[in-house]
Amino acid sequence: MHTTHIRKDKSLIVINVITYILVTIFCVMCILPFWMIIASSFSTEDAIRRTGFTLWPVETSTYSYELLFRSPDQMIGAYVVTIGLTLVGTLVGLFLVAMTGYALQRRDFPYRNKIMFYIYFTSLFSAGLVPFYLLIVQYLNLRDSYLAILLPLLMSPWLIVLMKNFVKAIPHEITESGKIDGAGDFTIFVKLILPNLKPALATIGLFLALSYWNEWYYSSLFLTTKVEYRPLQYHLYNVINKVASLKNSVAGSNVVITDLPGETLKMATAVIATGPIILLYPFVQKYFVAGLTVGAVKG
Amino acid sequence: MCVPAILFFLVFAYLPMPGAYIAFTNFQYNKGIFASPFVGLKNFQFLFISGQLGLLLKNTVLYNLAFIILGNVLQLAFAIMLNEVASKGYKKTAQSIMFLPYFISDVLVSLLVYNLINYDFGFISHLVRSLGGDMPKVYQNANAWPFIIVLVHLWKSTGYGTVVYFAAITGMDSSMMEAAQIDGANAWQRIRYITLPTLKPTVIILFLFAIGGILKGNFGLFYNLVGNNSMLFKTTDIIETYVYRSMMNSFNFSQSSAVGLFQSVVGFFIVLGANAFVKHLDPDYALF
Repeated sequence: MHTTHIRKDKSLIVINVITYILVTIFCVMCILPFWMIIASSFSTEDAIRRTGFTLWPVETSTYSYELLFRSPDQMIGAYVVTIGLTLVGTLVGLFLVAMTGYALQRRDFPYRNKIMFYIYFTSLFSAGLVPFYLLIVQYLNLRDSYLAILLPLLMSPWLIVLMKNFVKAIPHEITESGKIDGAGDFTIFVKLILPNLKPALATIGLFLALSYWNEWYYSSLFLTTKVEYRPLQYHLYNVINKVASLKNSVAGSNVVITDLPGETLKMATAVIATGPIILLYPFVQKYFVAGLTVGAVKG
Repeated sequence: MCVPAILFFLVFAYLPMPGAYIAFTNFQYNKGIFASPFVGLKNFQFLFISGQLGLLLKNTVLYNLAFIILGNVLQLAFAIMLNEVASKGYKKTAQSIMFLPYFISDVLVSLLVYNLINYDFGFISHLVRSLGGDMPKVYQNANAWPFIIVLVHLWKSTGYGTVVYFAAITGMDSSMMEAAQIDGANAWQRIRYITLPTLKPTVIILFLFAIGGILKGNFGLFYNLVGNNSMLFKTTDIIETYVYRSMMNSFNFSQSSAVGLFQSVVGFFIVLGANAFVKHLDPDYALF
């Protein structure tokens, strides 16, 4: 008994030591790049050109932020667009996904398997990007409309399957009791089911919010010409990739910019565009992890 | 109550499907898809002969295999290791921090990477130089990118996968674990004979999902990291970046549609095949 006890401890100690070393290294790698962006956004362009990106600004400066705030129109516009899309998209998407998930797990709904396959099939086979692009641009005529971003992200087969698994855990009796009391299906859903779905709504809502907040792909496809204010990430994409648009974002600020602080301005834009989601992160990730836990257990 | 969903998938997923016909035409924008002249398999023929389809296929599949295999090994290892650690605070903190990269956009990821490795003032370049070495110009060197892209992908996705596997471990029956401990199994034995087998269904399901996407790429990551840098295409161009580029930059709708259709059809049969294979081994694990 004594020897087995010691052997067990040894193997555990080895695993613990390895874990602490590897996981800690990985965690440092996860944080460091963010830290570096923040540090370099407060650095002078000169120092970056001389010493490269560093973990602490060699010469501190808030110049790039001053430039951004001198003509904040574009940034504010991007914020309004992104917040608007995220709010509307998440709320509407959440409601639709929950409704679909609820209907599809009702045992008294005869077509549920057929409809589930109809939805699931779209994740197996798709027409590809070109027909989708032509649908939006040529047939629905949504070029340069925010709807081209809002609509396609509302639902996905994966979110519906996830939701369906969550709803399954709610006892069928709740629906039954509602029916006995004479409530319609819709009333049952809103009054009895939704309040019981909080962890599910939090998880799926976060998936949706994240996809809207980080959206740049549909923007790059469909918001190419006319739209004045672009979503945050697409704005950031343009700042990073196109010097011209970088100059535009500070144009009108009445400063003669001979040597635009390109690098630090990129970093400052990145900090501002990412900020809220990172600040929100500690509060929401708890629900996220909890939601994933529930989802995974049920399979 | 399913009506919105039915309509949604009808419009955004099923309506475009007949549009895949465009791959067999010489598409003319003003005529629309179905009035454009039919050219049969010419678009596919061209792509095969030019070798483009082969290169895209090779890159896409190899990247995805690396992502799936390395990703799952890393995620499983981290999840199992975390489970053996006693300190609750450490577990929670580690999970939160590892999860962080999953929250940010690919646009920002590309900036982080640029910060680290660009030749002139990247953090790593500078570090190498201050140690007396010389950093290669990574943005001109195609051979470096498979490593970079795989590393960045692992950086971004490991935390998420770890949490999913960790959740599955936490949810398993603890009585088996206790019984094993009483029988004197050490930590390695417990992992080998209890933890790993209980994770099998989760691994298989995630693997099936991943195999289904083997011809799909992680478009955002690739496009943001590489962009239109044609010096790197040899090792970085995947099906989706090719389709996007040839549609948005050269308006080559017919050929890019042919590549897209090829991707969908082959991907579809890979899922069917993988699912049939799993079903053959154990029907419980199959997706459908």
